[in-house]
Amino acid sequence: MRKHKTAIMFGLAVFLLAVVLLSVSIGPVRITVPEIIKIVLHKVGIYRNTGGWQAVQESILFQVRLPRVLGAVLVGAALSTAGVLFQGLFRNPMADPYIIGTASGAAFGATLAMLLPLSLVFYGFGLVPIAAFLGALGSVLLVYRLARFGGKAPIISMLLAGFVTSSFLVAIIMLLLTMSDRLGLKIQQVFSFLMGGITVTYWQQIEVIAPLVVLGIVAAMFFAVKLNAFSIGEEGAAYLGINVEREKMIILGVGSLLTACAVSIGGLIGFVGLIIPHAMRLILGPDHRLLIPASALAGAAFLVIADLLARTLLSPAEIPVGVLTALIGAPFFLYLLRRSRREYAF
Amino acid sequence: MHSKTSDLLISDACFSYTGGFTLNHINLFVPNGQMVGLLGPNGCGKTTLLKLAAGVLVPSEGDVRIGEMSLKKLLRREVARQIAVVPQEFNIPFAYTVEEVVMLGRTPFLKGLNGESKRDHQIVSGVLELTGMAGFRNRYFNELSGGERQKIVLAMALAQEPVILLLDEPTSHLDISHQIEILELLRRFNREKKVTIVAAMHDLNLAALYFDRLVLLDRGLVFADGSPDEVITGEIIRKVFSAKVEITRHPKTSVPQIVLLPDNPSSFS
Repeated sequence: MRKHKTAIMFGLAVFLLAVVLLSVSIGPVRITVPEIIKIVLHKVGIYRNTGGWQAVQESILFQVRLPRVLGAVLVGAALSTAGVLFQGLFRNPMADPYIIGTASGAAFGATLAMLLPLSLVFYGFGLVPIAAFLGALGSVLLVYRLARFGGKAPIISMLLAGFVTSSFLVAIIMLLLTMSDRLGLKIQQVFSFLMGGITVTYWQQIEVIAPLVVLGIVAAMFFAVKLNAFSIGEEGAAYLGINVEREKMIILGVGSLLTACAVSIGGLIGFVGLIIPHAMRLILGPDHRLLIPASALAGAAFLVIADLLARTLLSPAEIPVGVLTALIGAPFFLYLLRRSRREYAF
Repeated sequence: MHSKTSDLLISDACFSYTGGFTLNHINLFVPNGQMVGLLGPNGCGKTTLLKLAAGVLVPSEGDVRIGEMSLKKLLRREVARQIAVVPQEFNIPFAYTVEEVVMLGRTPFLKGLNGESKRDHQIVSGVLELTGMAGFRNRYFNELSGGERQKIVLAMALAQEPVILLLDEPTSHLDISHQIEILELLRRFNREKKVTIVAAMHDLNLAALYFDRLVLLDRGLVFADGSPDEVITGEIIRKVFSAKVEITRHPKTSVPQIVLLPDNPSSFS
């Protein structure tokens, strides 16, 4: 059984590498896989020969394709990991990375940033992604504070506080949209954030987000055993020696940080963080020690594919990637759900 | 290991929920290896007392100790290595196998990224064997019957290798054969493994049959504490439960047993 599981993990990693290469290769300018490998090896100084590719291919590879595809890898991995964390903690089938207000917080932040007649670039990030990042974390903090009473933040209170805070923020966004003419707000820009799309303009963005996401996933793996204990509920977890309130706060923090990283370069991409963890649980079972790395890899691969389709299907027009995640994800997930003979009782 | 250091002592413990219910200066000493039944009407404080004993609720006054050590001073993980709890409700929303559920009992012993050791697997096999559930190891927990599940939860608690096992109405949703089976198992752990057992019990007759010592709570106070003969008396039961009862003797073991009387017996004849 152990070997079997290692094989699945290895398979997922190889699959991710394959879709990354495929996605980098496809576009208005074709770059074949051997060319990609040569160009990258040349860049890092292992391969000295400069023949065999055009300069335009090299600049497209480094300035357009690679940052975008790596962006998709990071966003997919971050959202899926956050999804596993929140589903495990909340024991709720509808839990996704956005469940406690991150999405509306990010959207609120982004919309406010779009209203400001100000533009700045900080470590490669514009005002909108920075505001989205802060909005996501801010709303989670607010929800946690609202739900906390007498040293405890019960999960039900958090779900309710999250839902109400979200509704409130969405109402403000709608109000701002209604007044868009007067405020000079570009509705199109707001919508494209809400529907999600990988936007990486500078390498620096990858350089900032990548360590955070990797750190988040590694941290999540350290909490896998504790998440397993949370499967039997907070009371049961306490009997198994879990310091419930403390671990809950850390797990929420890691999940929210991952989500905030994802929204800052991907906007609100739905569905990935909901179905990838469910799909992995159907295939691999409920042990979080396996579920977390598997979801990170599968989520990354899934979003790379979705993003590839988003930019090629109607090229040169782009389909919002959030639309594609649902279009591909929903049938695939339903197939898994029907095929699986395991009782999937929540 | 099983010496004075694992006696359970609840001394002068008070606790109140914000709603108003209170436990008032409870004193209870359970020496290592005893098997104690907690009795009392609904809302008398049985569950709260168990939670204090498990260290998940902290008394506002007084103290709970295991041996010389106050639970307040121990990490949750350290407490869970000595005290296991079978809660009243146990559900798991994911498709865990029986073996995976029982392995959860090893949580307080796992470290960081390390997987389970060979010893952890041996312990899990051992408790599955002990509870007679070894044949169910690869079945899905949620597909089992209530009685089978309860035995798995018990096995999970035993996988913690506790010196003290607390149970909150372990037989309340089960049919009579499973009730007997669970209580026989508890008695065996108590006798053979010297595990201290404190169980809240709903069924007074079963409690009298299986427990050496009964503690009867009433409105947050210990009302009676002693052998079944001392606690299950007509006077005490009528007072605490406000029910009409008559006490008889068990035909085989002669422990006291309760017979309920209807309000108006003559209308039945």
